[in-house]
Amino acid sequence: MLIFSVFKTLTDQKVTVELKNDLSITGVLKSVDQFLNIRLDKIEVFDEARHPHMMAVKNCFIRGSVVRYVQLPAEHVDTQLLEDATRREAAAQNKR
Amino acid sequence: MATLQGYVDHRVLLILQDGRAIVGVMAGYDQKSNVVLSDSKERVYSVEEGVEEIPLGLYLVKGDQIVLIGELDEALDQSVDLSTIRAEPIPPIHY
Repeated sequence: MLIFSVFKTLTDQKVTVELKNDLSITGVLKSVDQFLNIRLDKIEVFDEARHPHMMAVKNCFIRGSVVRYVQLPAEHVDTQLLEDATRREAAAQNKR
Repeated sequence: MATLQGYVDHRVLLILQDGRAIVGVMAGYDQKSNVVLSDSKERVYSVEEGVEEIPLGLYLVKGDQIVLIGELDEALDQSVDLSTIRAEPIPPIHY
């Protein structure tokens, strides 16, 4: 749930999503849902010459289960806040 | 919420876990991202020859097989001569 919230704070930022089929797609993050499915706008595929399959695709929906990595813009992630939130979540889990 | 609502009645490109690429008009979807495509065609890519389009008609794709759904810019898509495109097929998913 924490990572879902992190993604929500990153909407309208430029991210790069690396998929489990080795495709890398850069685009503007439009929305995320509970499964970490991702909607990207203004997409660009890394190494377009090798992967012309998505030439005419401008925005896309990526299934959360096929995402390997998401590269985030470091300047838009408050790592201190993320650390605190992680500790709070861990503490809440230990109490249970 | 990352929904598929905006894609209904639009021409979309589906990329599946086994690397297949299917284009069609999205007729419907559900919360598991199962998708129904009408007037769909599979696009078979190869390095030896141009893209081959195989008509599939009305197709239901299970959500768990889907990697990506992209909205096609129809004007741009139609301006591309598929027979001139040579590319390796999209790799399948490996975990």
